[in-house]
Amino acid sequence: MSFETPDDLGYLESHEWARRDGDTVRVGITDFAQDELGDVVFVELPDVGDELDAQAEFGVVESIKAVSDLYAPVGGEVTAVNEDLFSAPELVNDDPYGEGWMLELELSEESDFDDLLSAEEYTEQTE
Amino acid sequence: MSLRLPPLAAVHQDRAAKLTDFGGWEMPVEFDSIRTEHEAVRKSAGIFDVSHMSEIEVSGPDATTLMQRLTSNDVTALSPGDAQYSMITDEAGLIIDDTVVYRLPEGDRAVAPDGDGARYLFVPNAGHDELMVDRWVDHRDELGLDASVTNRTEEYAMVALQGPDASDALAAVASGDVRNLSPFEATYTSVAGVDALVSRTGYTGEDGYEILAPWDDAETVWSAFDCQPCGLGARDTLRIEAGFLLSGQDFDYEDDPRNPYEAGVGFSVKLDTEFVGRDALEGVHEEGSDQKFVGLRLIDRGVPRHGYPITTPDGETIGTVTSGTMSPTLDEPIGLGYVDREHAAVGSTVRVEIRGQPKKARIEPTNLLDEYR
Repeated sequence: MSFETPDDLGYLESHEWARRDGDTVRVGITDFAQDELGDVVFVELPDVGDELDAQAEFGVVESIKAVSDLYAPVGGEVTAVNEDLFSAPELVNDDPYGEGWMLELELSEESDFDDLLSAEEYTEQTE
Repeated sequence: MSLRLPPLAAVHQDRAAKLTDFGGWEMPVEFDSIRTEHEAVRKSAGIFDVSHMSEIEVSGPDATTLMQRLTSNDVTALSPGDAQYSMITDEAGLIIDDTVVYRLPEGDRAVAPDGDGARYLFVPNAGHDELMVDRWVDHRDELGLDASVTNRTEEYAMVALQGPDASDALAAVASGDVRNLSPFEATYTSVAGVDALVSRTGYTGEDGYEILAPWDDAETVWSAFDCQPCGLGARDTLRIEAGFLLSGQDFDYEDDPRNPYEAGVGFSVKLDTEFVGRDALEGVHEEGSDQKFVGLRLIDRGVPRHGYPITTPDGETIGTVTSGTMSPTLDEPIGLGYVDREHAAVGSTVRVEIRGQPKKARIEPTNLLDEYR
């Protein structure tokens, strides 16, 4: 089975993606990750204003069968969380790179973004 | 060590099922989505490959004596073709395994060899076949009984058809009258031309059947049913909703041994029979167990999971969650677990500690489907 892995995103080995728009970075989990998890039923996210370090745990995503920790691809202050996921966690399955996004960060360290995997590198590790 | 493969392994791989190690077997955990599979069983019908379950046959003149000695229920109450749920306990009355014991019907074609008197087949959990054969053989020899104990686990495929439409689906391909089988009744019949032992048993809280067929005929039986294939993930969520014990989670002989009374299955213990663990269980029956198996419904956001502590509102630990999920049927987070008896009343408000955070929950009956129906 092939999974969508957009070229314009950065990735962590732990299956989070990061999309940069200026100093704002949007974060979610990959198509591969949502498929592995199965039906997502619960998402726990940080509060707006929380400071996160790159690679730090920021929440959990739970499917019917499993619990997985979530890690921040880059460090920064949380500027938004996707509150739609509290009532509709299945958006993570339905649209992992769109409506299923999880949070936005104000990028604090430019270099964090450079450390992320490319789409090609991420795809290699999931094959 | 390589995993044991069920006879339908190639079929599952072709179907791109997600596979998992279950009791040393590589089994499908999910075909499409747990939610889809779960709903199919609640609303229509689903089919499960449960060939990883162990099957052990006991025959010979002393078969009944041996079965009576090693299982907690009363096998002498079984007529040919009857089945019963039973416990296998140790001397201390702790559950080693739970099982269904069949007294095989007359007119055997598919399962039993020649033998005198009653013949039994019992179905321990996955990966327990050798352990149980050893236990049966040891006790047989110690007691000097005349009985044959044969591990049939890798001779028979086992397929479970579960759901309100299971009866129609099976009747369409079976030669015998399967609609009129009573719960926990078994018969030999032909399923899609394959000689099989069919019992009206299941583990999902729905009507259903389990079909035991020769290993090499598994695919013929499996493909005779045009209904949703289901994996072990849906089996777990269905069982949790119905309050059925999950081996390795709700009781675990190594890590969390429980006796049948605290596990809510005291009905399977017949103290007027002589079995290993009986004397200890008589004491538990008289004095009551310290903890009780209960249902849980989370009121706050979160999902209860195996191992999470259960506390009072003041933070005093009173028990542990043993199984939990987001219920696909109720669309609410639910669980099963053990709490101290004095806190076990239905309706009590407790807390489930989820990643260190106390979340409000209510004690419910173990069968959480009661309210739904």
